[in-house]
Amino acid sequence: MKRTPLYQVHESLNAKFTEFGGWEMPLQYSSIVKEHLAVRTTVGLFDLSHMGEFEVCGLGANELVQKLSTNDAGRLTDGRVLYTLFCNETGGIVDDLLIYRHADNHYMLVVNAANIDKDLTWVETHNNAGTKIKNVSENTALIALQGPKSIDVLNSFVPERDVSGISFFRFAVDEVAGIRTVISRTGYTGEIGFELYVPAENAERLWNVLYPAVMEADGQPVGLGARDTLRLEAGLRLYGMDMNDDTNPFEVGLGKFVKSKNRQFIGKRALLAQKKKGITKQMIGFQMLDRAVARAGYAVYQDGEQVGEVTSGAPSPSLKCNIGFASVTFQTASDDQKIDIEVRGKMHAAKIVTVPFISPGT
Amino acid sequence: MIPQNLRYMESHEWARQEGDIVTIGISDYAQSEIQDIVYVELPEVGTELTQKTEFGVIESVKAAFDLYAPVSGEVIDVNESLLDAPEQVNESPYDDGWFLKIRMTDPGELDALLDADSYQAHIEAEHA
Repeated sequence: MKRTPLYQVHESLNAKFTEFGGWEMPLQYSSIVKEHLAVRTTVGLFDLSHMGEFEVCGLGANELVQKLSTNDAGRLTDGRVLYTLFCNETGGIVDDLLIYRHADNHYMLVVNAANIDKDLTWVETHNNAGTKIKNVSENTALIALQGPKSIDVLNSFVPERDVSGISFFRFAVDEVAGIRTVISRTGYTGEIGFELYVPAENAERLWNVLYPAVMEADGQPVGLGARDTLRLEAGLRLYGMDMNDDTNPFEVGLGKFVKSKNRQFIGKRALLAQKKKGITKQMIGFQMLDRAVARAGYAVYQDGEQVGEVTSGAPSPSLKCNIGFASVTFQTASDDQKIDIEVRGKMHAAKIVTVPFISPGT
Repeated sequence: MIPQNLRYMESHEWARQEGDIVTIGISDYAQSEIQDIVYVELPEVGTELTQKTEFGVIESVKAAFDLYAPVSGEVIDVNESLLDAPEQVNESPYDDGWFLKIRMTDPGELDALLDADSYQAHIEAEHA
């Protein structure tokens, strides 16, 4: 299994580890609930260095990212970030990712850890103009600060600016504690926060600067366990769980990231046809009505007939009930509509609720 | 740390014998490994359990874990308070966090379980 540059730091913090997308990552340091609530109320510190980063630059870079992206990368200006999807020719989702525009013809793509090889091949395959594509995942560490106190914590190490001036889905390149950092106002938790990209050799230095400040602010280091419950509450889909190469964006409620007007991109024809025809399954959010936990793969029923399955499910530490996403075949869904979920052979009642489950901060 | 008066399974359940009644729960080590217990699913009074077979499930935020019966017998009492307060298993694994009381059918089955020292050794081996 691959390890991030911060593996030893996690070990010294007595983290419990888990395998994720071929990486040995911290699952939790203290307790998933405690770490989760720290992000909601104070601040959490994450090592996300398993994520993949590609530099795409030089002639043809603008056209290449635009051609691959379902969302309109042409709207990007320098210092902006775009959430988007890569789709294949049949409209299936290759990955969901962030595109950072540094400058004209100069981008950073941030992709899911488990998809680094697949995505690199995908981008290279469609690079007809000789644009420079560099997989910098190994040399790039990603440390996130998420939570209402993240602005204060980060500001104490950035003397030259007030980081609250970086708006949601924008970034700046500046020094954090003397380390050159891509400071990105993004996250996967539904809270105010930042994702900090630094050269791998500076990862430990940056972590060791931030960690005491996070603890001082009543925060916690946060593992992938709480990252999963945080993103679920925030209504954020996870590639590999809620979607894959055979899912189209409309089926997981990501249709708003497909912008087909006046632009061409891979998968456009298939996606327009699917949109016209109508989807055969849709994603819903649900809340269990008893204490049973519905987890990924559990069958969903309506009026005694199986209509789909859970794609993500967990207890919600903030809401103190059990929530999840399900992919279902019925076409209409309204709040409070009842469904049943089979948990170890027994039916448990759930109701459909609006996603996100919590109102996110930005 | 590990109570001397209990018997243990390798799957981390404990058994406390009082006459032919055996109370069962999970060890402090198990609850600290599982963390954040949010749900406990237990059989009803009257259910017949067989040693080393599944009788229930506990769930943490992250995953579900099967529970195995340390001895065979009939369930005569269930800790219903765990339904609303499963965190008692984390807070008090040997007392308030007990699961079931069983009227055991074969006291000889207790001999197949680990004593405290063997259980301690088992944990150390598992953790190494």
